[in-house]
Amino acid sequence: MNKIANRIKDTATSVRTKIQKHGKPTLSFPLRSLSNVTYQPKRGFLQLKGKKKTRTLTVATVKTFAQTLRMMSTAKTLVEDDEIMTKREAYYVSKNWDDARFDEQPESDTVLDDIEALFEVNREQLGFIPEEKGGEIAGQLVVIDRQPDTGKPLRIDCTQFGSGAYSIPISVEHLKFETKAKFILAIETAGMFQRLVKHSYWRKANCILVSMGGVPTRACRRFIRRLADELKLPVYAFVDCDPYGMFNIYRTLKVGSGNAAHINRYFCVPNARFLGVTPQDIIDYKLPTHPLKEVDIKRAKDALKNDPFVRHYKSWQDSITQLLNMGVRAEQQAFAVHDLNYVIEHYLPEKLRAKKAFLP
Amino acid sequence: MARAKKKAASKAKPAAKKAKTASKKSKAPAKKAAKQKVAKKAKAAQKKTPKKASKPVAKKPAKQAAKKPAKKKSKKTAVKAEPAEESLPAGAEEVDEEPVEETVVRTRKGRASTPATAEDMARRQRDISVAEFFMKNRHLLGFDNPRKALLTTIKEGVDNSLDACEEGGILPEVKVVITPGKEENRFVVTIEDNGPGILKKQIPKIFAKLLYGSKFHRLKMSRGQQGIGISAAGMYGQLTTGKPIAITSKTAKNKPAHHYKLEIDAKANEPRIIADEEVEWEVPRGTKVEIEMEAKFQKGRQSVEEYLEQTAIANPHVMLQFVTPEGEIKDYPRASKELPAETQEIKPHPYGVELGVLIKMLHDTPARTLQSFLHTEFSRVSMRVAKQICDAAKLYERARPTRIARQEADNLFKAINNTKIMSPPTDCLSPIGEELVLAGLKKQIEADFYTAVTRPPSVYRGNPFQIEAGLAYGGSISADGLARVLRYANRVPLLYQQSACAISKSVLSTGWRNYALQQSSGALPSGPLVIMVHMASVWVPFTSESKEAIAHYPEIIKEMRLALQECGRKLAVFLRRRRKAAESERKKAYIQKYIPHVAIALREMLNLTERQEQAVVTQLTDILERSRA
Repeated sequence: MNKIANRIKDTATSVRTKIQKHGKPTLSFPLRSLSNVTYQPKRGFLQLKGKKKTRTLTVATVKTFAQTLRMMSTAKTLVEDDEIMTKREAYYVSKNWDDARFDEQPESDTVLDDIEALFEVNREQLGFIPEEKGGEIAGQLVVIDRQPDTGKPLRIDCTQFGSGAYSIPISVEHLKFETKAKFILAIETAGMFQRLVKHSYWRKANCILVSMGGVPTRACRRFIRRLADELKLPVYAFVDCDPYGMFNIYRTLKVGSGNAAHINRYFCVPNARFLGVTPQDIIDYKLPTHPLKEVDIKRAKDALKNDPFVRHYKSWQDSITQLLNMGVRAEQQAFAVHDLNYVIEHYLPEKLRAKKAFLP
Repeated sequence: MARAKKKAASKAKPAAKKAKTASKKSKAPAKKAAKQKVAKKAKAAQKKTPKKASKPVAKKPAKQAAKKPAKKKSKKTAVKAEPAEESLPAGAEEVDEEPVEETVVRTRKGRASTPATAEDMARRQRDISVAEFFMKNRHLLGFDNPRKALLTTIKEGVDNSLDACEEGGILPEVKVVITPGKEENRFVVTIEDNGPGILKKQIPKIFAKLLYGSKFHRLKMSRGQQGIGISAAGMYGQLTTGKPIAITSKTAKNKPAHHYKLEIDAKANEPRIIADEEVEWEVPRGTKVEIEMEAKFQKGRQSVEEYLEQTAIANPHVMLQFVTPEGEIKDYPRASKELPAETQEIKPHPYGVELGVLIKMLHDTPARTLQSFLHTEFSRVSMRVAKQICDAAKLYERARPTRIARQEADNLFKAINNTKIMSPPTDCLSPIGEELVLAGLKKQIEADFYTAVTRPPSVYRGNPFQIEAGLAYGGSISADGLARVLRYANRVPLLYQQSACAISKSVLSTGWRNYALQQSSGALPSGPLVIMVHMASVWVPFTSESKEAIAHYPEIIKEMRLALQECGRKLAVFLRRRRKAAESERKKAYIQKYIPHVAIALREMLNLTERQEQAVVTQLTDILERSRA
């Protein structure tokens, strides 16, 4: 931890030295966008290419610059004191900074992201923790945690939550796992997750169910990654058939995002595969559809053009083109048109019989 | 003429009275009366008779006409043809009326059956007096409605006073008083000056004869040009209230003041003296004009007050006092004791002369040779240039000007325009001057920025002219809406017909956006701005006799635009500097707000002392301030 504190100190020293030499101090950040990442299947995640943007202290940037330095100072204190702070709390702490305070939380979040990128660490390492819940687990898994007060080991059996589920904690690095499951099924919606839990699908298929609740949080991604790495389990994603499900959810789960590329190495699940719903499934299972929204079309075309992950896989390009040509999208709950449990009885078993056909 | 006819037909009595009055006065200048030399009564009758006779569509009922014996018809015709012979029997009004009706019937019949012959028409053709013309067309002179009539009257009076004072080398002090009349919608307007006064014998013609004056036949810069204004105002008063115009004038301290009451004899365009007396007047010299008239007093746009205020701007050497109908006294003090430079009268410049005018001049000149004609009658034509012109026209320079035939005048005209002749002299112009434009604007308008430009003189149609422009920006000028345009011609504010004026056109066609102002296309610039444009010329080309708008001569518009652009550039420098200063002030405050936080953060991270922290603030402020400059 002191390593990070020292890096913060070094950066501060460089800023001061520059000022003493009558120069304009600068801070450089890796450029956080899809244009600055590459995809190599061997490494398994979207990797920074090294483009940097430099923020020079000028009249126009003096406010953000001051805020960034003050936030760095806060981070240094957190690291040194082994303390944590949520993003919201960081926002409130800034209220002490008079004119340099943040007016809205998105402003402080952006500065936090900048600092995170500046040091190429995840914000948890700087002592900042997210507000969001990490996701839910049900199925054949025993999580070994510690008692928060005594530190004694604590076995949590994820089959024992009845109609409920185990919540992934915000920090997952200290957890250990035991399982006999054959695979992990990551599900986009809580609704589908509920249906599978209600009918104990995990028992039938001998798997671990994860509810991602939209784009998976960092904790959720890290949790799945650790499960996959340590238990050597395959990960299958089951999301809506639309560009959002394919890229914002599945691609982020598998290879990380462009925006937080500096931390993708920790937060990717390289062996994840795309179970469905695929455009071909819409045809094969005669699913009811909705027309693609304008934002969907834009996202799909953008992915074809700029997403290094999509550009790497011909099969993905074909699927997107197919979807664009069909001009429709379908949700994972659309199987209810045939029967409420059609997904359990027909769709999932049929898909799992041909795992090799899953999109990469 | 038409008015007189009407009056005679509908109001027989007043007409008769008038005729009597006219006849009583042996001095009355009506030429016909002098020629005819008949008895008073007969004259009166004669005067009325032809008027009525010529009225073809009288409203008298047909039954009256039926009564009339056929005999009188022929008699009436005779009256019309030879009025002098017919004068005896026509005495009483009744006798008079009957033949009129006969005539009417006959005329109607004539119309129905046979068209009028040339002789019939000839009987109706006659001279039109200029006074009658303008009485009928008073809107041409700015007397369209009671409100405008009031302003025009004051404007004409004040213009005359200022012209007279300046010509007499006197710093003008003019007092304008409007008092409510006894009847509703009537006001007595008094304009009093400290000018040189008017000789007794000139007073009647100056104030009660249209197109009489000193300014028309010369090329000299003055406010008045035509010799119509004040007499037209008197005529309007006479027309709406029946009251004469009253003039009091004194030419020197030890001389008596003359007091006149004058009416205008519209038919003859000659003054009619109602009263003529010597009175006591305590002022050393000056002239006072009083006109009672139907009018409407209003404030705001195009008001008397606006006119006086704008006059004060363009004439900073003038002291004005205005007493409103409510008795409120408004003073417009003097901002300069400097009289405008006396202007020289000039001869016409050859480039401006038109062919017809040239022929007329050739006929009228006392010069004996063509060369000396050109040299003496025009400005800027030396004997050498005159010879050049003659050569170019292939004319013998010693030819007699009166003998130059039409064809030769044509050649001469072309030759003039093909010869290079120096621009007209400009000592005939007296611009206000940049300094006094500024003084005038500053006196009446509270603003943050003033600028003024006086262009060098230029020429249109051979007439020298000079354009001046001034701007006032910010301060108490309203920032909402469009700029206000003050238009002046020879120091006289123009309040009406803004859109028809060359000044407005040049303001509109100037690209104010280049000068850091906002302007929608085809509109005036917006913002707290007053734009003033003044045209000084020996002959300002107005679009009408009421002198409300300047005609669109390209040379004039071009000069105006150049003047406005020059003002605009100065304004832009001011505005940009001001904006930059504000911006720089804002930035300075901005960096001072955030630099301490950079220092605090560095102190926290690097465990700096307070002195070290302060050093960071100083150094960083220095770096950013420097980069800003």
